[in-house]
Amino acid sequence: MSFELVWEHLYIVLAAVIATILLGLPLGILAYINRRMHGVILWTVDILQTIPALALLGMIMVIFGAGKLTVIIGLVLYSLLPVVRNTYLGLTNIDPAIKEAARGMGMSTGYRLLHVELPLAFPMIFTGIRIATVTAVGVAVFATFVGGGGLGSIIYRGIHVQNMNLIMSGTFSLMAMAILFDAVMSLVEKKLYRQKKK
Amino acid sequence: MTKFFDQYGTKLWEAIITHLEYVLVSVALGFVIALILGILLSRVPKISKFVIPVISVFQTIPGIVFIGVLFLYLGMVPLTVLIALTVYAVFPILKNTYTGLLNVSQGYKEAAKGCGMSSMQSLLRVELPLAMPNIIGGLRMSTIYIVSWAVLASMIGLGGLGDFIYIGVSTNNNILIIAGAIPSAVMAVGLGLLIDALRKKVIPKGLRGERA
Repeated sequence: MSFELVWEHLYIVLAAVIATILLGLPLGILAYINRRMHGVILWTVDILQTIPALALLGMIMVIFGAGKLTVIIGLVLYSLLPVVRNTYLGLTNIDPAIKEAARGMGMSTGYRLLHVELPLAFPMIFTGIRIATVTAVGVAVFATFVGGGGLGSIIYRGIHVQNMNLIMSGTFSLMAMAILFDAVMSLVEKKLYRQKKK
Repeated sequence: MTKFFDQYGTKLWEAIITHLEYVLVSVALGFVIALILGILLSRVPKISKFVIPVISVFQTIPGIVFIGVLFLYLGMVPLTVLIALTVYAVFPILKNTYTGLLNVSQGYKEAAKGCGMSSMQSLLRVELPLAMPNIIGGLRMSTIYIVSWAVLASMIGLGGLGDFIYIGVSTNNNILIIAGAIPSAVMAVGLGLLIDALRKKVIPKGLRGERA
């Protein structure tokens, strides 16, 4: 087994997670600010996650063709839910008294959002990002079906040539990656929550 | 469009039925197994402390591996798919059953004991109903995953909607991809909505007011 596949997998996951944050954060904020949009946005990301991964990738492939771009777009659509929902929930759950105080000091909506509300909601948003990352590691296995490479290709090949070692090496690297991401990010998460309490 | 349905209509219908069969059988089996294991684990918190993290680790294994490995041992029979999907369905439900039962507040359990309920009665009449919304949440997660992983049945030649997606992807036939993708998406969304409705029903009467 080559390290290249691990890097490829990591590259796909990281690119997807960064894009998810860039897209999910504004969507979550929009859902929070605009009452009318919030139903539509939350409902849409919920439906997106319900669609089977391979089906979603297949449909995207129809438009963008085979390759990494298809996989990354698919992963982004798939991991939007935790980021958008946690951004929205984090912002909604802030103590109204704090929001009042910020308004009382004469802060504008935008200023309040950037300097008071987002920092307070950040631990919750980070939890969403963590969930999205770990899920993305697993779903990226499907990359191999639409020509995106990654660890899925080694597992798939292993199944086809009936080679147990190949399957296992792919699976264990995948598990290790998921667990590592989860462990590191929950450490950061714990620190964030502790800071919030101070 | 009509030409497509003339050509593939019956095949598509068969694929949908096969797919649905895989999903329903494995989720039903998984639900029963997970419920029993979850209840047993919640009785022995000391052991569960070690078992639950192990289960979370297993959950990171993608479904394709379960199907692939079992395929090597059992061969190309529907049983392979059913076992693999059942195993996969167990994890989310088991975890939610366990946490749901553990999160039942001590006060309710005490009250049940105070009313003279045996531990079995307390479990069936108090703890399980209170944990039910959580358990159904796990069921929803499992079902949606399984619809997704059942697509892989066709990887080892066992039909289902995956057939259309696979053949479509490998022959670059967009219509076939869409023909497989849309029904499976609709199936997942539909089953999700159905379970959401079920979840609303199982919330104990006394708690309904609070949640709404």
